Amino acid sequence: MKYIDEFNDPDLARVLLDEIRAVTTRPWALMEVCGGQTHSIIRHGIDQLLPEEIELIHGPGCPVCVTPLDVIDKALEIAARPGVIFCSFGDMLRVPGTDRDLFRVKGEGGDVRVVYSPLDALELARRNPDREVVFFAIGFETTAPANAMAVHQARRLGLTNFSLLVSHVRVPPAIEAIMTAPACRVQGFLAAGHVCSVMGTAEYPELAERFGVPIVATGFEPLDILEGIRRAVRQLELGEHRVENAYPRAVREEGNPAAVRMIEEVFEVTDRNWRGIGPIPRSGWRLTEAFRDYDAEHRFDVTGIRTEEPAECRSGEVLQGLIKPTECPAFGTTCTPRTPLGATMVSSEGACAAYYLYRRMNAPAVQAGGAVPEEMNPVV
Amino acid sequence: MCLAVPGKVVAIDSTADPLTGMIDFGGVQKQACLDYVRDVKVGEYVIVHVGFALQRLDEESALASLKLFEELGLLEEEFGDAWEQAARDAGVAAVTEETRGGEVR
Amino acid sequence: MSELAEPTVDPADWTCPAPLRDQPVVVMGHGGGGALSAELIEQVFAPAYGNATLAALTDSAVLDLGGARLAFSTDSYVVRPLFFPGGGLGDLAVNGTVNDLAMSGARPAYLSAAFVLEEGVELAVVEKVARAMGAAAEAAGVVVATGDTKVVESGHGDGVYVTTSGVGLVPAGVDIRPQRARPGDVVIVSGPIGLHGVAVMSVREGLEFGVEIASDTAPLADLVAAMLAVTPDIHVLRDPTRGGLGASLNEIARASGTGVRLSERSIPVPDAVANACGFLGLDPLYVANEGRLVAFVPPSAAEEVLAAMRAHPQGSGAAVIGECVAEHPGMVVVATGLGGTRVVDLPLGEQLPRIC
Repeated sequence: MKYIDEFNDPDLARVLLDEIRAVTTRPWALMEVCGGQTHSIIRHGIDQLLPEEIELIHGPGCPVCVTPLDVIDKALEIAARPGVIFCSFGDMLRVPGTDRDLFRVKGEGGDVRVVYSPLDALELARRNPDREVVFFAIGFETTAPANAMAVHQARRLGLTNFSLLVSHVRVPPAIEAIMTAPACRVQGFLAAGHVCSVMGTAEYPELAERFGVPIVATGFEPLDILEGIRRAVRQLELGEHRVENAYPRAVREEGNPAAVRMIEEVFEVTDRNWRGIGPIPRSGWRLTEAFRDYDAEHRFDVTGIRTEEPAECRSGEVLQGLIKPTECPAFGTTCTPRTPLGATMVSSEGACAAYYLYRRMNAPAVQAGGAVPEEMNPVV
Repeated sequence: MCLAVPGKVVAIDSTADPLTGMIDFGGVQKQACLDYVRDVKVGEYVIVHVGFALQRLDEESALASLKLFEELGLLEEEFGDAWEQAARDAGVAAVTEETRGGEVR
Repeated sequence: MSELAEPTVDPADWTCPAPLRDQPVVVMGHGGGGALSAELIEQVFAPAYGNATLAALTDSAVLDLGGARLAFSTDSYVVRPLFFPGGGLGDLAVNGTVNDLAMSGARPAYLSAAFVLEEGVELAVVEKVARAMGAAAEAAGVVVATGDTKVVESGHGDGVYVTTSGVGLVPAGVDIRPQRARPGDVVIVSGPIGLHGVAVMSVREGLEFGVEIASDTAPLADLVAAMLAVTPDIHVLRDPTRGGLGASLNEIARASGTGVRLSERSIPVPDAVANACGFLGLDPLYVANEGRLVAFVPPSAAEEVLAAMRAHPQGSGAAVIGECVAEHPGMVVVATGLGGTRVVDLPLGEQLPRIC
């Protein structure tokens, strides 16, 4: 058992696809919450293999996409300061702030470094006692245990030159916000498997009950995603709305209690803005009072930075599944992967970027600035 | 969110704080923090995200999932259509051919 | 502390994030071999030098000179670390330019070598690079005929930079360039992809490999000669270095106005490359190679060319990976293992490890 190849088997994928076709009798709109699942769906072309009744709405579960503009502006401000080593996961470097991105700060002389793990940033702080090392702590519940451990260790080692710029977000409040939007079309959720590996599934039955939607904890390999879809559709066809675990090899109901304890030691729940969506109550984490010394916003006094998001960008509605990317007037005109207005166009798995690519493939005569087809053509 | 990949624990450094181990990802090896899976043993698989093992992978559950998929295939071969079986399992009346909008194979 | 923030979307006060192309400074992506590199050439260099030879934007220019057809190419080599499993800066500096010449079908003959050295670098390091260059030149059958050295102050360089230029003769009847791709052409890659990029990354990211992962850096001129011995009518050759196979195929599709359709299962990706890419969140199609080529060959000759490649040490792992099509011009599309499709776009700049 290697836990990857087995869950990529094309024959078993066909079995699951046949099953999904067999149980589907009418249109259903499912949201995969997690950007990693969106990546896998596009990477394997799963969306094109599903019966046309099943619509997958790409949810807001990409921490890079939803990090609010003002936090990115704070990151840019801190990263540009002399004496700072600013560390970030690679995919944050290209996300535009108000007038530049981290790449540009680096180009202008800022010391911006890509790290694989927050512990790598901690190590940089240990080796560079005369420099301020700041880690851009973005992410969902999956990444929180790692970032929490970095701060915990910094204090244990007595490192005073290490801090976090925190923009942590939580999934359940986002599901609640999506379901309470007036024009919500989502009828079922594939819950993010690795979030559930950490947090467990105890937060979901109340949401499934309250909004009458199936919530299926789902993994990331093709068979995992197909199984998540199969279970969600089956529930919908039977008029059920339960929490199911389609990723039992990595998800236990109780999650990982040691990781949750560390999160709770270091972080506390707070309201947070989501890029494109706006404020969602209790949807984030910030450092607790006891760890406030490690908060880069305070250390560098950037709490006052407030930024307006471009109103022309309707990525928030896309992220909530309220509109398709092609329904945004900026799509393909002022907003392209090369000149993104919103993060759904920045990330190659963002819903807008994915639509843009497929539109180009199917309508090569239409250039940016031209007419936008009503609907994406099915891909042959 | 959350690119996390399964890997096999090949060594544990019990003197490290936090607990650290070497993880093998199909021939590629990298260190990871094992502090959140402290009872893990060499030879077991874990799921790793940004340098942290977040959960042990349960082989029994993985095999059960695969067995379920295989059985769905057999069922399909046998009955040609698993929906009615699924509906029976769930204790609801079988849906007739006419009510289906979807493609039937 | 701040409580629930006010909604931030205000239509009256809209600001647009600056598009990258308007950036007033060079960013790393301008050297990544993707869309930013292409724009730098199209918007800055091509207009400044404006001529038809440069406009062809091939790996090496083919020039008519005194009745001979001369291939001419230049490349700068900046790599960190200077030495990595399977090679180093010196090997790249020779093989890279030799291969750029070979991608025009030329037999490489002479190279120049210009060093930019940083004050304080150990002479032993320079000597190691130079010796590697000498050995690589001998293996490739080229002569390093001229050179230059400059030194910059400490802190103003990365140890050693090398620029090599090269010339070679293109045999009569050979016309290899990206514009010649035609629907129906068979797309062949000369061996497993991604090894060089992953070998370099393994040092940078602290990866260890149970099996040896070495850069594939190698001279390809001899392999190209073996292919041309089958037929001079090879349409396109490209060595997929920065930006990987994905960038090279996009460039060919755009230059020729054709589409490229690949079969994912046919693309040779070594397990270690797939697994290293898996946990860094990279796509093997965008990972650099230094000893591989991709060829567009007319279908009538494909089988024989493939056999000739497989009989050559540099092409023993050659495989047909797809075909050139008339549909979706300018785009590269992959049929996935599950039977779906996905678009492989030109990467913007260099690939970054993902967490998402």
